[in-house]
Amino acid sequence: MIHLLADPPPQMLPARSQMAFTLAAHIILVPLGVALPLITLIMHGYGLRRDDPTALLLARRWSAVMAVQFAIGIVTGTVLSFEFGLLWPGMMGRWGDVFGLGFGIEAWAFFLEAVLIAIYLYGWRRLPARTHFLLALPLPAAALLGAFGILAANSWMNTPRGFVLDSAGNPTGVDIRKAVFTPIFGPEYWHFVVAMLMTAGYVVAGVYATGWLRGRRDRYHRLGFTIPFTLAAVCTPVQFMLGDSIARQVFHKQPVKFAAMEIVWKTDTHVPEYLFGRLHPDGTISGGIKVPQLDSILAGFRPDTQVTGLTSVPADARPTAAQATITHFAFDTMVGIGSLLLLLALWYGLVWLRRRRLPASVWFYRAAACAGVASVVAVECGWVTTEVGRQPWIVYQYMRVADAVTATRAPALWTMFGLVILVYVFVFGSFLVVLLKMRTRWRLADASDTAGRGAPETDNPYGPRSALVGSGPAPGPGASAGSEDRS
Amino acid sequence: MTAAGVVALVLLLGIAAYACAGGTDYGAGFWDLTAGGAERGRRPRWLIDHAMAPVWEVNNVWLIFVLVIMWTGFPVFFRTVFVAMWLPLALAVVGIVLRGAGFALRKPARRLAGRRLYGAVFAIASLLTPFFLGAAVGGIASGRVSPGTAASVANWANPTSLLFGLLAIAMTAFLGAAFLAGDARRFGAPDLDGYFRRRALFALAAVAVLTVVMLFVTHGDAPHVWHGLTHGVGLALVVLAAVAALATGWSLLGTAEARWSRSAAVVAVAAGVFAWGVAQRPYLIPVSLTVTDGAGATTTLRWLMLVTVVAVVLVFPAVACLYWLDTHGALEPLTDADLRGRAGDDA
Repeated sequence: MIHLLADPPPQMLPARSQMAFTLAAHIILVPLGVALPLITLIMHGYGLRRDDPTALLLARRWSAVMAVQFAIGIVTGTVLSFEFGLLWPGMMGRWGDVFGLGFGIEAWAFFLEAVLIAIYLYGWRRLPARTHFLLALPLPAAALLGAFGILAANSWMNTPRGFVLDSAGNPTGVDIRKAVFTPIFGPEYWHFVVAMLMTAGYVVAGVYATGWLRGRRDRYHRLGFTIPFTLAAVCTPVQFMLGDSIARQVFHKQPVKFAAMEIVWKTDTHVPEYLFGRLHPDGTISGGIKVPQLDSILAGFRPDTQVTGLTSVPADARPTAAQATITHFAFDTMVGIGSLLLLLALWYGLVWLRRRRLPASVWFYRAAACAGVASVVAVECGWVTTEVGRQPWIVYQYMRVADAVTATRAPALWTMFGLVILVYVFVFGSFLVVLLKMRTRWRLADASDTAGRGAPETDNPYGPRSALVGSGPAPGPGASAGSEDRS
Repeated sequence: MTAAGVVALVLLLGIAAYACAGGTDYGAGFWDLTAGGAERGRRPRWLIDHAMAPVWEVNNVWLIFVLVIMWTGFPVFFRTVFVAMWLPLALAVVGIVLRGAGFALRKPARRLAGRRLYGAVFAIASLLTPFFLGAAVGGIASGRVSPGTAASVANWANPTSLLFGLLAIAMTAFLGAAFLAGDARRFGAPDLDGYFRRRALFALAAVAVLTVVMLFVTHGDAPHVWHGLTHGVGLALVVLAAVAALATGWSLLGTAEARWSRSAAVVAVAAGVFAWGVAQRPYLIPVSLTVTDGAGATTTLRWLMLVTVVAVVLVFPAVACLYWLDTHGALEPLTDADLRGRAGDDA
């Protein structure tokens, strides 16, 4: 009987797979959505202050990337909101009014962001430079507000509170302030925000590092590299501290998840740390590098710190050995990448402090070119850590994933999952195609002397509306007619 | 009015806003589909691309907002709808993604075959998505679902659902054409103005016919909503929708300024949506789930109202600013050429 209860319903695997797939895809776009506006505005502000056309050119091109990314992000975000209902109606039906408010904040923040991006993107030509810049200034704040909402909801799923259960086990007496500001919210939010800044910075800088390696060493590439890389490098040590702090918070607030992250089987003191390594269902660990005492020291600064093990709760209330191993690998990968990025940031910082210039080593640029991809991997790993480490709970210690899943049958869910994969390959393929085409156009525009002929932005689907070629002369004051007319 | 009532009203406002804003985009997709071959449809498609590009993301956010209000304010309602209407909603979301991707990919595609493929994906998805969303609404309006109803084809394949689906398509076509006619003027293409005016009138006629048919069908199939539509406030809204529709038709026939026909079209559709919402009173799902019974925790509803008010204070000026800038011609792109030109001047 107990075995029967523990068996997950057949629709759980497809539902979970689809959710994991769509979230993993959406997360790739999030760093750009949250942090690219800030990076672009820093570049923009720099360009305005120094009256630097190169900086302005970079900022405008980044704004075009921002627009494409935002459009795709809205589409994949819409899919996620539908999936809450299509895949997890049990969770939304019971807990929607307790933790849903965060999404409400997020939806409005998104709205504001969409409007501001439209103004920023289409305001380049006609708005006075200062007005244009000032109108865009709230963008990063709107992005942070959106992240606030989402992270409030997710941290509630990790450390739920702000309600009491009635005799039937339904939540009542909702206290919104407690439900939004849950114990893990603060650490999770700041860890996330800094991760987004780092990732976006390294991704953008990585593009120009690649250009540098291929011999494009002009001011355009130097500037495009320096500003985002500096931002990311400054954030990296901060993130190291924040990451350490959130791990300790998980140790206190979600001890079983911490046990999965560190594959600790039995509650004990003097617990060793395993770098990677695999946990088996009988509690043994194979592979990996064992460092005696370290886990206890990291968790509580003393070797005799007691660390809760997975066996402290019944088997059906903790991640399985396989899930714990996944969580552990994801966690170690994230920490590993973070440490390497810290070294990279230190390298950059030391050269800058001593010589007041960029590092000259080709290896530095090789590492910088990889840093973007590495930080995206780290973001994915961080998300796997927090989501798989919570298993089997969708609402930690209050609702199992199996109780939240839809009653729709597995074949229908598998079919939809297949369809979603096809559609996402198509969407992300198109995203890549659009970015590559933009890059090619920009490169052509940079190379040609007759710049402006055939306005490089004409074919960009989200980018600025092109002058309406083929419909007679463009309306508007002739004074500001672009240099198309000049050539 | 209770907190639940206010939030239900906010939800209805959100649905009306999505019907108008998102509907206009779907309508543009509808006319893209019917624009004819590559050569004949070139100019209408060009206009559709340019008119939609700056606004379609903002329009889509309304839908997310509607979903959030649903699950935060009325969690049981949200669960009921998504369990019972699984298939149409799943198809609608696939349509939403395909539409976005089709629209995004069409322009960069250089070859005709590619443009045709992406264009067809965009246009067909623009047709299917409003149909399935409309069908889901029809299933709710006819009271075919109630808390605990399992997913079944009958929930959304029934006379009321099919009519709601068709009406949704006709309404989007009507809105799309009315807006595109205005855009044609704005972009200086008077021939397309007439082109879309004719189509808007045609779509308006379709909406009128479908509405009349619907009044007959709902009489037997969705009695509660029928009663609401033919009495009291519901009736007043139906009349308002009819008057606004007539006004749109009149301004489309004449040479009235585009903003009149646009405003009238929006009023007609919004009044129609409101009429449906009011006709459902006091139910979220007639006649099994009332607004009061479906409501979430009272504290949450109060906070939801507060968040809404704060957001309106923040978002309204931003949206107003966007429209003001747009209508005053301040929103135009800067190309690489401008920056280069400046750099050249400096040199």
